[in-house]
Amino acid sequence: MFDFRLEQRRFISPWLIVFAPVGAVMFSFLVASILILLAGANPLESYFKLFLGAFGSKNALAETLTRSTPIILTGLAAAIAFRAKFWNIGAEGQLYAGALAVTFFGTGLIELPTLLMIPFLFLMGALAGGLLLLPLVLLRNYYRVDEVVTTLLTNFIIVLLVGYLLEGPWKDPMALGWPQGESVIDEGILPQIVSRTRLHLGFIISIGTAMIIWLLLSKTVLGYRIKAVGINPAASHHAGVPVVKTVIIVALLSGGMAGMAGVTETAGLKGYLTLDLSPGFGYAGIAVAMLAGLHPIGVIFSGIFLASIYVGADAMSRAVNVPTYLADVIVALTVLFVLFSIVILKFRIVFGGVKP
Amino acid sequence: MSALLEIKAISKRFGDLVANDKISFTQKSGQVLAILGENGAGKTTLMNILFGHYKCDEGEIFFRGSKLPTGKPGIAIKAGIGMVHQHFTLAENLTVLENIIIGEKSLLSLSLPQKSARAKLQELSDKFGLPIDPDTLVANLSVSEKQRLEILKTLYRDCKLLILDEPTAALTPQETESLFSTIKQMVKEGLSVILISHKLNEILSVTDRIIVLRNGRVVGKVITKDVKRTDIAEMIVGGTVQYPKRENLKKGMEVIRLEDISCDPINESTKGLNKVNLSLFEGQILGIAGVTGNGQIPLAKMMAGHLKPRHGNIFFKNNVLTIHEPRHFMDRGIAYIPEDRNTDGLVGDMSVWENAVLTETENDEFRSPLGWLNSDHCKKAAQKLCHTYDVRTQSLGQPARLLSGGNVQKLLLGRWLGRDPKLLIACQPTRGLDEGAIASIQKLILEVRQKGNAVLLITEDLDELLMLSDRVAVIYNGNLSKTFKPENLDRSKIGLMMAGERLDV
Repeated sequence: MFDFRLEQRRFISPWLIVFAPVGAVMFSFLVASILILLAGANPLESYFKLFLGAFGSKNALAETLTRSTPIILTGLAAAIAFRAKFWNIGAEGQLYAGALAVTFFGTGLIELPTLLMIPFLFLMGALAGGLLLLPLVLLRNYYRVDEVVTTLLTNFIIVLLVGYLLEGPWKDPMALGWPQGESVIDEGILPQIVSRTRLHLGFIISIGTAMIIWLLLSKTVLGYRIKAVGINPAASHHAGVPVVKTVIIVALLSGGMAGMAGVTETAGLKGYLTLDLSPGFGYAGIAVAMLAGLHPIGVIFSGIFLASIYVGADAMSRAVNVPTYLADVIVALTVLFVLFSIVILKFRIVFGGVKP
Repeated sequence: MSALLEIKAISKRFGDLVANDKISFTQKSGQVLAILGENGAGKTTLMNILFGHYKCDEGEIFFRGSKLPTGKPGIAIKAGIGMVHQHFTLAENLTVLENIIIGEKSLLSLSLPQKSARAKLQELSDKFGLPIDPDTLVANLSVSEKQRLEILKTLYRDCKLLILDEPTAALTPQETESLFSTIKQMVKEGLSVILISHKLNEILSVTDRIIVLRNGRVVGKVITKDVKRTDIAEMIVGGTVQYPKRENLKKGMEVIRLEDISCDPINESTKGLNKVNLSLFEGQILGIAGVTGNGQIPLAKMMAGHLKPRHGNIFFKNNVLTIHEPRHFMDRGIAYIPEDRNTDGLVGDMSVWENAVLTETENDEFRSPLGWLNSDHCKKAAQKLCHTYDVRTQSLGQPARLLSGGNVQKLLLGRWLGRDPKLLIACQPTRGLDEGAIASIQKLILEVRQKGNAVLLITEDLDELLMLSDRVAVIYNGNLSKTFKPENLDRSKIGLMMAGERLDV
């Protein structure tokens, strides 16, 4: 008989905290290799190709970092919200709201020199993402409407709105009939940071944002309040912490960073708004945040990791003929195993314990 | 008479913690046994083992001559052991009779044995003096009626040994008396009863034998009529306990005044307030007695700014308070120790030092003008707090949830006392604490009074109430009685008022 139970750990060793996600990743690779075997390929060779595809050349590395840019930002959006137990599942919609703001202001309505134009676009994108979330956080705080439902459903509304605009009033007449927005003016385009790659300034900005969020969470009164409100809002309220205000600020920051992801994709990668601007970057951000244990610096690494899986999977698919869907499987497995590892972190499994 | 229950060298470990260490005792039919001990002494673990919720690491249990397998819930009930938990396990939306039958019959059976059950219930209810209407919805029963039903439920299943866990926690003194006469009746009929409690006076009045647990070990087995209260208290704590004394003090200026305050109930289990008038003065402790759920929590929340009155005004030092926000009340000098310290007081997964400064996020000493947290200063302040109020912690950085109940309460109380409150609202400040911690918390509350500040003390412990309070009022159904001097009151008078009798008109 399997006779075991969970016992809460009194102290969690720092080694375990680092090892748990790494172990989860290893484990998901192990399980995914069964699928690779079923697809008729050699798992070790496949993973080697995946690694080369993600990090094997300057171009591959640049492509991975380019891909990581938006998901680091949506990862930060999820991380800060989840820390305050505000379940923002709507980063996808907020990302598109940011992209809409860029298209509205950045395609000729406002013209500023580059040094002002880029910060201006980021500000507008962040505002759009944050303001999209504002009514939802107010509904939650004053009428107890579940934000998981409202933020998720808002995603569909915004994506459909983008579809309407790009097929209708905002459609670029120069785009030969493709549903895409007008191009962002040259002053608003994020410059390349490595020549002859697609890696753009957005990557630096996403890393910088992660640093700022880390400082905010660990060194400021606001960060301290976010922590307290996230763990125990009732006790925080009793101690005079402004709980509602704190959650609203968190929502604005979270939506704002997701909106910034829309800016990096529109003004950095593509140059214009498209219907397929985000292949689920908003949702990937949730996985990134969970994988990072909601730590802002961890988000940088887990964002790059997830991006490398997606980018590398393309190369692997070409080389050993394994479907690219495997990337989704690996990411999903990793998140599952990370969630499981959190249980292992908090509890230890005790087998037996009963003497005959 | 042979032993009904025999517990032989039961041991149970959780990790490094030894919850039960070779506990042995026997219990005969027709006796009342009390198991006493502080929180964490191992009472609950022992009962859970007896009931089959836990498997013990070592030891055996014999009941009516045969060995009881451990770790098999359900068998204990079949064997004839009944338990009434502190928190009742009744289906609120069913009638009394349905609650009795539920669990007896298979879920698939088509008819319920209503008739025979009704007869048996009636017979038990007559025999033990436990009157109850079989057709009332449980939701409409009072706390003491629910407890009566729980006891009848165990009797219905032919229990030979009844275990009562903190049975008097939510009862008025009169209800407690009637419960005890029921217990005496049951014992006369040959049943055996085990009481788990921390109210020493009650234990002494109703039990035959007492077993005291400390740190998982049996530290005393005594015959009740041979011991004094102080002996038992010392056994529980493992040393002498110095209870604080209230010194005479002159009544000062009025601190807070509630005028005709009414509010709606905040949830189903508590009443609202109905035109409450109340004044608190400097250097005085006003004690509020009442059965749980009669409006104590709304009263405390109202005075701490957590509730907005539907009607009436709150005056603090003769200025009317209009912004009903905790922060606004806090900044005027009101401190509020909530009833449920782990839910409403402590942020368990934050460190001790972070918990020590939670009230200070607007304090300029703890933050820079730009909003940076001055964590060095926070830690120094936390260090000082732990030192001043004797909060025993391994380190300032350890999660606060690892602190014992007494240390949690000292931390929370210390955090508020550091703000020099003009009014302290303390709800059940010593509930569930061990005797040593109770004495230190009571001493701290008296110090607030000694400094010339006002205290509102809401407590279920009538001894504590009469010992600490300068004046006492009773709350029933959202109505507050006028105030009495404790010298003019006794337990039975308070009890009558707790049950709704008006002695003040």
